Amino acid sequence: MSKPRVAIFDFACCEGCQLQIVNMEEELLDLLTHIEPVEWREAMSESSERYDIAIIEGSITRQQDEERLKLIRSRAKVLIALGACATLGGVNKLANGFDDLNEVKKCVYGDAARMPHLLTGQVKAVSEVVPVDYSVHGCPINAEEFGYVIRCLLRGTTPVIPNFPVCVDCKMRESTCRFEYGEICLGPITRAGCGAPCPAAGMWCFGCRGYVDEPNINGARDVMERYRKTVDDLKSRMALFNTGQEQPHA
Amino acid sequence: MPEKIDIGVHHITRVEGHGTIVVRATAGKVEQVEWQVPEAPRFFEAMVRGRSWEEIQTVVSRVCGICSVTHSLAALKAIEDAMDIPVSEQTERLRLLGLNGEYIESHVLHVGYLVAPDLLGVKSVVPLVATNPDLVKLVVRLHRLGNTIMEVIGGRRTHPLAFKPGGMRRIPTERELRSLRAAIEGALPDLQVLAEAVHGLAGKIPAFERDTEYVSLVDRGTYTLYYGNIGSSDTTNTVAVQKFKSIVNEYVSPQSTAKWARWHRESYMVGALARFNLNAGYLLPMAAEMARYLGLARGCCNPYMNSVAQVVETVQAFEHSLQLIDELLTAGLQPETARVIPRSGWGAGAVEAPRGILFHSYAFDDDGTCIGANLTIPTNQNHANIQKDMEKLVPQFLSRGQDELRQLLEMLVRAYDPCISCSTHMLDVRFV
Repeated sequence: MSKPRVAIFDFACCEGCQLQIVNMEEELLDLLTHIEPVEWREAMSESSERYDIAIIEGSITRQQDEERLKLIRSRAKVLIALGACATLGGVNKLANGFDDLNEVKKCVYGDAARMPHLLTGQVKAVSEVVPVDYSVHGCPINAEEFGYVIRCLLRGTTPVIPNFPVCVDCKMRESTCRFEYGEICLGPITRAGCGAPCPAAGMWCFGCRGYVDEPNINGARDVMERYRKTVDDLKSRMALFNTGQEQPHA
Repeated sequence: MPEKIDIGVHHITRVEGHGTIVVRATAGKVEQVEWQVPEAPRFFEAMVRGRSWEEIQTVVSRVCGICSVTHSLAALKAIEDAMDIPVSEQTERLRLLGLNGEYIESHVLHVGYLVAPDLLGVKSVVPLVATNPDLVKLVVRLHRLGNTIMEVIGGRRTHPLAFKPGGMRRIPTERELRSLRAAIEGALPDLQVLAEAVHGLAGKIPAFERDTEYVSLVDRGTYTLYYGNIGSSDTTNTVAVQKFKSIVNEYVSPQSTAKWARWHRESYMVGALARFNLNAGYLLPMAAEMARYLGLARGCCNPYMNSVAQVVETVQAFEHSLQLIDELLTAGLQPETARVIPRSGWGAGAVEAPRGILFHSYAFDDDGTCIGANLTIPTNQNHANIQKDMEKLVPQFLSRGQDELRQLLEMLVRAYDPCISCSTHMLDVRFV
C-alpha cells in the first residue's frame, strides 16, 4: 500500500498547533516513515494539489479563505480540523462578540480599515464552511492526541475522542479543584482529553476544547451554587473560546 | 545580464505567517521590488477590550504560538507597570528561565528546520531525515530541551499557564529544577556538534551587507532580554519602554500594504543580530566563544548572519538557564503569596522575543477591565528593513538570474525569522 499523502494548511491563527506537530519530536520522525507530507507551507517549500488527508489549522475569516477551504475539501478524502481556531473558531471569535465589526476594524486600523486585504467577515470554525471528518481539539492541541488520531487513520480505525468533562482528567492528575481557590473553572462542562494541564499549573480551565456533547448542567449549577458563583460569571468565562457555540442552557 | 526577471513568490514557505515577494526587471533595469504582507487580520487589540486583567495574558499569548512566552511576559510587565504591582526576584528568575526555553526552542527550530534546508540545498527538513539523520536527531534533541524548560516552568510547551501578574500560579519543585539542570548540562556536547555543523555551512551564507540601524533592549552591562531601556546602534541615548511609540514611528508607505517603522533612519532591524550588535560585549563566556568561532563580530551588517547570531544566543540561553537554576536553588524556593488588587492605569512592557523587541501597552479602568491595548510586534518593525535590504540586494545580484535571485530573496526573508501571523496591526493604529 502506498503511503497516504498528507497536506497541512493554515488559516487565521497563531500557528501554535502546527508547532505541536513539530513538538512531537522523535515521534514525528517515525510518523514521516508512514506518511508522505506533500504540502506544509511553514515547514516545506513543496506544494501539491493531490492529497488524501488535509489538516486544517486556523479559523476562517474572509471570503477568499472560504473558497480556498472548499477547494481543499473537494480534493481531500479525509479532512481534520486542528486546534480550537479550526474546531470552534477559538479566541478569534471574540471579534464576533462586538456589535459592529467595522467599529472593531476602525479601532485597530484607523482610516485604513477599508483596505481590500482587511475585508473580513464573521469568524467561522472550519465545520461552518465544509464538512469535517475528525477534530483534534484544544488551544493548543495535545500532540499525543494528534499522534493517536493519525495512527488510527493509518490503521483504518476510528479514533475515540473523550466525551466526558475535564474534571475527570483533573481528578486523575490529583489536582485541587479550582473552585476551592474561589475561581470559576469550565472543567465541569468542557471536553476532556487534554490531561488537564491548566489546573495542574494553577489555572482554571477556559474551555478551549469546547463543551462535552451533553453537559451535566444540573451538576454545573450545583457547583456554581456551592461556591456562590453566578451564571453571568460562567458566561463571561465561556466567551473566551466558545463565542458563538450553542451554549449549555444554565 | 538576463533580459527579463519576473519573480512572484506568493506566500513564501518556511516562515511563520504569509508574505509575498514581487520583483520585476527588464534588461538590467529594476522596475519593481516589493515585500508584501497579506496576512488575514485578527484584531487582538480590540478583542482584549472588556476582558479582565487576569485574562489578558491568556488571550494575547494566542497572538503567536512560537513567541507565546514572550507575549505573556510583555503583557504581564505592562499590567504590572499599569497597576504598580511588585514582582519577586524568584518570579523574575522563573520568567527568564521560561524565556530562555523559548529562545532555545524557537532558534533551534528556525536554524535547524527552516534555514538549514537552504544551506544544504533541499526544500525542507524532510529529505534530511534520510540524508543527514544524525544532524536532524541532534536538532530534535535540542528543540525538545527548549520545550522541556517551558513545560517545567510554564506548565506546558506552548501558551504558558504558570505566569500571572505579580507572581506565579505554580512554582516548580526543587527536584524538577535539579533534573532540568541535569538535562541542560547533558546537552552541552550537542551544542558543540551543532557549532561544528554551522561552521561547516558558514560558507553558504550569502555575502551581502547594508549599513543598518539596529534596535534592542539595553541594560546595565548584561545581554538583556527583559530588563532595561530601548537602545539603538545609532545613538548612545536610550529611551524608556513607556515611550516606545516615539521610537517605532509607524508610517504608511505607498510601496507596501504593511505598516513600516523608523527611528533615526527610514528603517531599522530588530532580532538576534540587533541584540548581538548592541550587547555582544556582555555575552556569557561560552556564547562569546561561540561568536568568535563562527566569525560573528560586532558591527556585522549582513542580515543573513541573523541565523548565526541565533546560534550564539542559543548557547547564551543554555548558560543563562544554568545560572538561573543555580541562583534559584541557592536562594531556596519560596511560595509566591502576593495578592494583586486591580486598579486603573496605563502601562507598557517590552520583552525581546526571539525575533526582536516586542512592546505591549494596556489601559485599565478601576476594576481592572481592559479599556485599550497596543501590541507592537517585532516583525512589523522589520518589514521596512526587509524592503530596504531587497532594494539594495536586487540590483547587486540581478546578473545571477531569476532562480538564484529568487532563492536569495526567500533566504533573506527567512533570515529575519519573521512571524507574520503575529502582525497585530499592519496599518494605521489609533488606540490608547
